[in-house]
Amino acid sequence: MANIRRANVMVCRSTGCDAANSLAVIEAMREEIERRGLEDEIQVVQTGCRGFCAMGPVMDIYPGGVFYCRVQPADVPEIVEETLIKGRVVERLSYKDPVTGEVIPIYEDIPFYNKQTRHVLRNCGRIDPQKIGEYIALGGYSALGHALFGMTPEEIIEEVKRSGLRGRGGGGFPTGRKWESARQAAGDVKYVVANGDEGDPGAFMDRSLMEADPHSVLEGMTIGAYAIGAHEGYIYVRDEYPLAVKNLDIAIEQAREYGLLGEDILGSGFDFDVKIVRGAGAFVCGESSALMQSLEGKVGEPRPKHFHATERGLWDCPTCLNNVKSWANIPLIISNGADWFASIGTEGSKGTSTFCLVGKILNPGLIEVPMGITLREIVYDIGGGIPDGKEFKAVQTGGPSGGCIPASLLDLPVDFDSLTEAGSMMGSGAMVVMDDRTCMVDIARYFLDFLKDESCGKCTPCREGIRRMLEILTRITEGQGEMADLETLEALAKTVQSASLCGLGKTAPNPVLSTLRYFRDEYVAHIVDKKCPAGVCKALIEYYIIADKCIGCGLCRRKCPQEAISGEKKEPHVIDPALCIKCGVCHDVCKFDAVGVR
Amino acid sequence: MPKLKSLEELSRLRAKFQDDVTLRLDVGTTITVGMGTCGISAGAREVMHAILEELDRRALDAHVTTVGCIGMCEKEPLVDIHQADKPTVTYGNITPAMVPRLIEEHLIKGQVVEEWVVKT
Repeated sequence: MANIRRANVMVCRSTGCDAANSLAVIEAMREEIERRGLEDEIQVVQTGCRGFCAMGPVMDIYPGGVFYCRVQPADVPEIVEETLIKGRVVERLSYKDPVTGEVIPIYEDIPFYNKQTRHVLRNCGRIDPQKIGEYIALGGYSALGHALFGMTPEEIIEEVKRSGLRGRGGGGFPTGRKWESARQAAGDVKYVVANGDEGDPGAFMDRSLMEADPHSVLEGMTIGAYAIGAHEGYIYVRDEYPLAVKNLDIAIEQAREYGLLGEDILGSGFDFDVKIVRGAGAFVCGESSALMQSLEGKVGEPRPKHFHATERGLWDCPTCLNNVKSWANIPLIISNGADWFASIGTEGSKGTSTFCLVGKILNPGLIEVPMGITLREIVYDIGGGIPDGKEFKAVQTGGPSGGCIPASLLDLPVDFDSLTEAGSMMGSGAMVVMDDRTCMVDIARYFLDFLKDESCGKCTPCREGIRRMLEILTRITEGQGEMADLETLEALAKTVQSASLCGLGKTAPNPVLSTLRYFRDEYVAHIVDKKCPAGVCKALIEYYIIADKCIGCGLCRRKCPQEAISGEKKEPHVIDPALCIKCGVCHDVCKFDAVGVR
Repeated sequence: MPKLKSLEELSRLRAKFQDDVTLRLDVGTTITVGMGTCGISAGAREVMHAILEELDRRALDAHVTTVGCIGMCEKEPLVDIHQADKPTVTYGNITPAMVPRLIEEHLIKGQVVEEWVVKT
């Protein structure tokens, strides 16, 4: 029976697209292809996340690379008829540039993709993560083969050191040096651990990687284990990622079947196996020492750092803990060499970095870019800019413990050191874009609220300090702040920063300190003028109807949950501030922009 | 599934799985078959199948894509062969029986089959 397959329909089946009904799209596609008798010619491939999540469910058709967005089961018959049989593009499903409206049918031509440098994400969206064969076909496990048969552990460590790879979990510690310490540490039993906890709100880089290309993490860990002399590894995945756990599980099973994991890997004599451990919902367990405690079955609390995990980590044995993205970089470094890796990026930060671009942006999603690219290029060239014609105000990098970077620093090249200097941090890669309707005081309050709940409580500066900072910020947003509060806030922030036991506490003040540094005027407005310039803090704003624009349609009056709006048909309406709870529904439903906030 | 015990075995396995992913990679050669209504009624689907089978038989890497009606309905089934760095050649009135010679001469020997090329 001849293999007459001529097309692959790649449909994203990751958590994001799944939520948008991609599973139904895949089934509809399979049924329609069978109905038309095309099942020998056309294969439907379930892939992992390719990053363009706001456009999901996404579909790529090869050869050709025709890319479709927001596909629903009802669209499938047309796609089969027009694209798969007649070779024509169904333009209504193609990507349209949000600013120019230009239709861009081919994947490679879409700026969101062609301005990226997808190395770590090379296979995401190109393979079925549940089929090890596809990973191998695209070159997977050749790096492991080269490492096991062509390099000594010392040579591997040297290569990783020379590459300049720094930890992608956010700490940015030179990976090669970490491996060297682990190798040199005393002890026969050593461990490698992959941090897949990804607690940052709005971050899904690790999720996508684990779902879409689990083998890249396994291969990296195996190479690392060989380098430091470990025979057991753990992948700690947050429990809120069931698909990542499932795909990693399947990957481990398949790798074992082929002898790429387990005893005598590839006949080299090296033994190494991996287990998955699931988190239980604590942000602090993304911190390496707390993670290891949790892995051991203890309460997830960090411990003092005067001895490193590379000397005494998991079960007091030398442990090399790296983020899943760091592990995924390793096969590339081994295959292409340290010089290749070091040729990308900046002096202090080599290679590429993945970011989750979210918030007020036209093209939200997961991107990978070389270190050193400017924030402006990320936000405008790849992200497409701010929706609704609004202005860029700030971007918060590094998760809840990251700082906010203002518009004046848009040309900042993104790397570990420049972000830290600007008062933020690289973190794991979340980038939340904010427009002029975002209140910076409220943002600081919001993230402190998150961190207050996630603090493990072990050390006083974090446990008490965050709580007190939050109290002050809450008072400010309610119009009860005083100028002396700003000094107290700063003093508290600096204390929490220097005295906390772990990274959670140490970086918790970042949102406060960075917003005070760049947006002090907003704080002053809240305290002195009792106003929220962005129109967010409920206690300080008032919703009102702009009489000139109101045509009296009555929609807001009908929608108002408090019946606070009154007016005659075709006459401008009025909001009663005494009854208004500032829910904002009137503002959202008005079709004439007649509801203002001041 | 026997466990892999050497790099050579891994390479062989890679070659075996290559088939699954070639469609997603650039292979340099694309064969386009007209598949508008005119093409289909002239037998283009059978021609396309013949091409796919011939490519498989000879283990050649080429992408086969379809296109709608380009207006030369009386010359259907139309087959375009595009190879990187060479001008595209359009063949007309192709039947399944003509496919083996087309593949042999154009793709393997690198010679255009002039008598079948559409002359405008």
